[in-house]
Amino acid sequence: MSGSWAIRGVRPLGGEPADLFIDNGELVDEEPAGAEVIDAAGLIALPGLVDLHTHLREPGREDAETVETGTAAAALGGFTAVHAMANTDPVADVAGVVEQVWRLGQDAGHCDVHPVGAVTVGLRGEHLAELGAMADSAARVRIFSDDGHCVHDPLLMRRALEYVRAFDGVIAQHAQDPRLTDGAQMNEGEQSARLGLAGWPAVAEEAVIARDCLLAAHVGGRVHFCHVSTAGSVELIRWAKGKGWNVTAEVTPHHLFLTDDVVSTYDPVFKVNPPLRTAEDVAALRAAVLDGTIDAIATDHAPHALEDKETEWAAAAFGMTGLETALPVVVAALLETGALDDAQLWPLVADRMSSRPAAIGRLSGHGQPLLPGAPANLVLVDPAATWTVDPARGASRGRNTPFAGRTLPARIVATFLRGRPTALDGKVA
Amino acid sequence: MNRHLLSAADLSRDDALLVLDTAEEMAQVADRPIKKLPTLRGRTVVNLFFEDSTRTRTSFELAAKRLSADVINFSAKGSSVSKGESLKDTALTLEAMGADAVVVRHWASGAPHRLAHWIRGSVLNAGDGTHEHPTQALLDAFTMRQRLGRLEGLNVGIVGDVLHSRVARSNVLLLHTLGADVTVVAPPTLLPVGVDAWPCAVSFDLDGVLPKCDVVMMLRVQRERMHGGFFPTTREYSRRYGLDARRLAMLPDDAIVMHPGPMNRGVEIAAEVADGVRSTIVEQVANGVSVRMAVLYLLLGGDLSAGSEDVA
Ligand SMILES: [Zn+2]
Repeated sequence: MSGSWAIRGVRPLGGEPADLFIDNGELVDEEPAGAEVIDAAGLIALPGLVDLHTHLREPGREDAETVETGTAAAALGGFTAVHAMANTDPVADVAGVVEQVWRLGQDAGHCDVHPVGAVTVGLRGEHLAELGAMADSAARVRIFSDDGHCVHDPLLMRRALEYVRAFDGVIAQHAQDPRLTDGAQMNEGEQSARLGLAGWPAVAEEAVIARDCLLAAHVGGRVHFCHVSTAGSVELIRWAKGKGWNVTAEVTPHHLFLTDDVVSTYDPVFKVNPPLRTAEDVAALRAAVLDGTIDAIATDHAPHALEDKETEWAAAAFGMTGLETALPVVVAALLETGALDDAQLWPLVADRMSSRPAAIGRLSGHGQPLLPGAPANLVLVDPAATWTVDPARGASRGRNTPFAGRTLPARIVATFLRGRPTALDGKVA
Repeated sequence: MNRHLLSAADLSRDDALLVLDTAEEMAQVADRPIKKLPTLRGRTVVNLFFEDSTRTRTSFELAAKRLSADVINFSAKGSSVSKGESLKDTALTLEAMGADAVVVRHWASGAPHRLAHWIRGSVLNAGDGTHEHPTQALLDAFTMRQRLGRLEGLNVGIVGDVLHSRVARSNVLLLHTLGADVTVVAPPTLLPVGVDAWPCAVSFDLDGVLPKCDVVMMLRVQRERMHGGFFPTTREYSRRYGLDARRLAMLPDDAIVMHPGPMNRGVEIAAEVADGVRSTIVEQVANGVSVRMAVLYLLLGGDLSAGSEDVA
């Protein structure tokens, strides 16, 4: 059923051309008889991308996205696994809901869907959800997050970090002090002063990150920071890692590429939480990706219905789509640093977008080196192609991409999930 | 001039002076027995108010009517609850009606920018959230020039809730364009982070600034700020940043006192100061109509020579 494939002349991680063979869902060392041949000369092979932070909106907001449409977008973007955030309706705070999402993912079949469990009941930040039940469920939840909300109560955060040690879980923190960001609309700085929009100060993220690094160290727990957006956060994480603490972090493609200058049009397509920051922050985030202070690039794919974005800035929903543009935007951002040659770029992309996120999510079947015996989860990329982002042409229901009209490098040619193509030539397979 | 007036930053020095000169000619119309010009006959001006402001709305309405435009008042109050869609839907309606100009007052910063994105007519920002209020700045500049004879080199103190003030933002930009030296004065909690990038000086000390002011502009302190923890008590605010008779005496002899209204007498301005001879508060209202006539006239395709002909 998964078929056999011979991918000829492909450059694994941008290295020397080689042939990759797939049989029975795995990479094999000899060409299987009757294999379907793909001429992959000039293409790059990477392990299938793994997203730590995806909003699939189902159950509850199927008008914005479904597991079916969101995972189709993931496949087109080169992802073979996504972590579905818990802020659905009902909230994924019990075993029943995470199992439902997990099964919807299995049924859709475009990529593996690993549900994230809520840390607290209803994301309300008051009582721990049944984390153990979610961990033991068919969905085998390992990442827990109240994303969209910060686990703000320090005692509750401490307990969560302690509790999930029993099943090797991690708390993925949406670091945002709620009091410091009451009504916040954009990064607090020169632009917010000029535009008259309530500011979201960097310190509101950094203060929580500092606290949670200390808490994780104190209880020996594992903390992961969602969508890190400021230079100060990078410094804190670098410091905590230097101490040997169990801290990981992700950054989004949009925070690596855009600054708050774009807000001056008041177009809510640029409204996101945490907000777009300054050029100095972008430079620090890029450097942190290069040196490994930031472990992973995660999309925070947040599709919204049109009417939630075609409004006044203050009335609009926070969030941007990201699955279908993630890899090209990351390539563009990393190339802009001028710090990488081709031989360095692709191994770095594979590490930050596949291997390390898979390790953080404890996914053994993803992010593996492209060697015989590994599950055939991989993506083929044309590094020479450029393409122009057209929001209407994506598989996601969300049209709220901040990259509309931009020409980006690197095109996803094919995605394989355990040997089966889930995307081929820009179409869902 | 640009097609829209969304921000005081849209105006070059020449644009701004053209508006002020045109407004002077418009002011003469108000002194005539028939206060009407045929200039905008057949054109439609829509007043679109998502926030209550009888003063600003009537000022624009009078301005448009004196230019013989057809005026439609759209009041969309309560839309902050039914948020969102209403602005775009309203825009499409106005577009279908063929509005030549839309004067918009909105509770959300940037709403006029969005509107300008959706409609073909001119959009005139009549105050958006905590962003800008460019015609207020124009009428303030007009009033200063009328009283003091110049703008270049004037020292202007803008005092109060700068953080939330659209009047302050527009005034800082416009007065800078026109060559005045502006100092914003406020408790640090009522100045935005990032104010250092503004083309003005910043001070926390009103008493230190007053002696060199040609103009002191007092901003309204909104009631919700009084309870928002921005300062300990209203009494302390008045003591440190209110303009009373003692402080009035610190101003140079010919300095003037402005307030965009509505005032909180006894909070940011003492009653005797508001009603004193240095106060321009009543003139500001009258000048508002002339300035808005000038802006409507210029945005809707007038030029100075045609203007002179019409007005003369
Ligand atoms: Zn988040």
